[in-house]
Amino acid sequence: MRIEDIHQRLVDRFGTETIVTLKTGVKDPWIEVACDRIADVAAFLHDDADLALDALNDLCGADWLETDPKKKTPCEPHVEVVYHLYSYTHKHHCKLKVKVPRWHDGQAGQLPRVPSVAHVWGIADWHEREAYDLVGIEFTDHPNLRRILCPEDWEGHPMRKDYEFPLEYHGVRGK
Amino acid sequence: MSLTLEDPRIVEFDVRTDEMLVNMGPQHPSTHGVLRLLLKTDGEIVHEVTPHIGYLHRCAEKIGENLSPPQWIPYTDRMDYLAAMNMNLGFSLAVEKLIGMEVPEKAMNLRVIISELNRIASHLVGMGAYGLDLGTFSPFLYAFREREIILDLFEEACGARLTYSYLTIGGATHDLPGEITIPPGLAQLTGRDPNMRLQWVDALRMFLDWMGPRIKEYHTLLTRNAIFVKRTANLGILTREMAISYGCTGPVLRGSGVDHDLRRDGDPIYTRMYEGYKYKIPVAPFTDPEFGKLPREVVLGDNWCRFFVRMMEVAQAIEIVRQALDRYPTAKGEYRVPFKMNSKLPTDEVYLETECPRGQMGFYVVGDGDAEPFRARAKSSCFCNLSVTGPLCQGVLIADIPAIVGSLDIVMGEIDR
Repeated sequence: MRIEDIHQRLVDRFGTETIVTLKTGVKDPWIEVACDRIADVAAFLHDDADLALDALNDLCGADWLETDPKKKTPCEPHVEVVYHLYSYTHKHHCKLKVKVPRWHDGQAGQLPRVPSVAHVWGIADWHEREAYDLVGIEFTDHPNLRRILCPEDWEGHPMRKDYEFPLEYHGVRGK
Repeated sequence: MSLTLEDPRIVEFDVRTDEMLVNMGPQHPSTHGVLRLLLKTDGEIVHEVTPHIGYLHRCAEKIGENLSPPQWIPYTDRMDYLAAMNMNLGFSLAVEKLIGMEVPEKAMNLRVIISELNRIASHLVGMGAYGLDLGTFSPFLYAFREREIILDLFEEACGARLTYSYLTIGGATHDLPGEITIPPGLAQLTGRDPNMRLQWVDALRMFLDWMGPRIKEYHTLLTRNAIFVKRTANLGILTREMAISYGCTGPVLRGSGVDHDLRRDGDPIYTRMYEGYKYKIPVAPFTDPEFGKLPREVVLGDNWCRFFVRMMEVAQAIEIVRQALDRYPTAKGEYRVPFKMNSKLPTDEVYLETECPRGQMGFYVVGDGDAEPFRARAKSSCFCNLSVTGPLCQGVLIADIPAIVGSLDIVMGEIDR
């Protein structure tokens, strides 16, 4: 099934409130989904017999902020979660995006919240832990949201564009 | 055989003891690097396994945001350092897809030779190290003897023995070498003069001719060895559904009976490299008579199946390299298309997966009109394969943990990135 058909099915099922846009004219077209319904959309994509997107190839976060003052920001600063799905049954791909503000309630330090999809795909558990650890996205209803690559007492989220490396960590000089 | 406390045969004679937490690793030899497994044990039975990773973490993705793609190639080497050529290839293809570059036939041909040769080397380490995990030393020595020749050939091609940075955006850094001195290991094994001069491709052909018949010996030594079968068959059974849900790929997925190989089912930019090659994709339960009779104890998705897929892929890779060598002299075009270090990337994003020896390695590259990508993400196959250890190791004996973790064939450099 092509991504246009998947998009049409999703719009029929969830409406345009939830399925925000279909971005075409790029190498990998994607569907943007409203943040609060992503878990339902994911469960539908996984369970529906015609879609059967049973594999989550990749889940990653990205911080969209231009830190160089000489360049202009390509878009409003935001954080996004990208889902790359694949169906072993029908051999088709689907790419989803969820966009959220960089900080919850606009307060710096309050991580943005995205519903977890760990109950849909087993691997989402670890991928979401990595996205939480590196990009700083809080996945609500996640069974075990701990840091995975950085030490548990690490401060900050390194893949944020405005991240500053700590000056000192347990007596080891950082910079 | 997996034992659980619910099994009445065990509860009858087993005395429940206090739960004990045992740290396996991070310096345990059979964890293949710095992996720490926290085991919750009751006597000899493991209730729960929690993998702790990140000891090799250096945030390669952040580095990738500050370097242009050709500069990041050496960092991809250091992810899966046992199959660095395949890592180079995966990232190069992702960038080529982003900028819309098509490499000539000769470059594709060279890439097939090099990456399949690296697959052989990588699976040989996987086989040898798995033997070590289970307490047999000799297969390891044979595996490294063979791998040594491949490394010598790579050294002639690009100067490095482990972190090559050879395949790069647009093709490769150099063409395949011309006349070389025969690798010492090959001269010894085939009884040639150690000062013999010959073409690189002929040395490779000589190695393949010598290597082909050896595979049967590995099977005698390890695959069908009664002790090895007892330690691996009917243990660590990964069902098809679980393998897909946990994102397992590569030999782990095919060992669970899913017929999926990106060289055949992947993105066109990758599959066109393998167009016209004849090769069989080994998938459990190995119904093809070519694979011979399986030991009776083997169950679909167990450790033995995963191991056997790798062994069969060595034979498959030898066939592919032979075919690629036959095509190489007549292949059209150059070995590379020039790509400048500071070429600007278009404002677009691609995600591309390739079939590496350990599974599907994915690169997600986002360009924003600059030379450096806005986001460079490396999705590790071992990361996903390792995530299945927790569910897989419930209720097994402590001694079986190395057998299960070893059968996943992980490389920590790739998991921690």
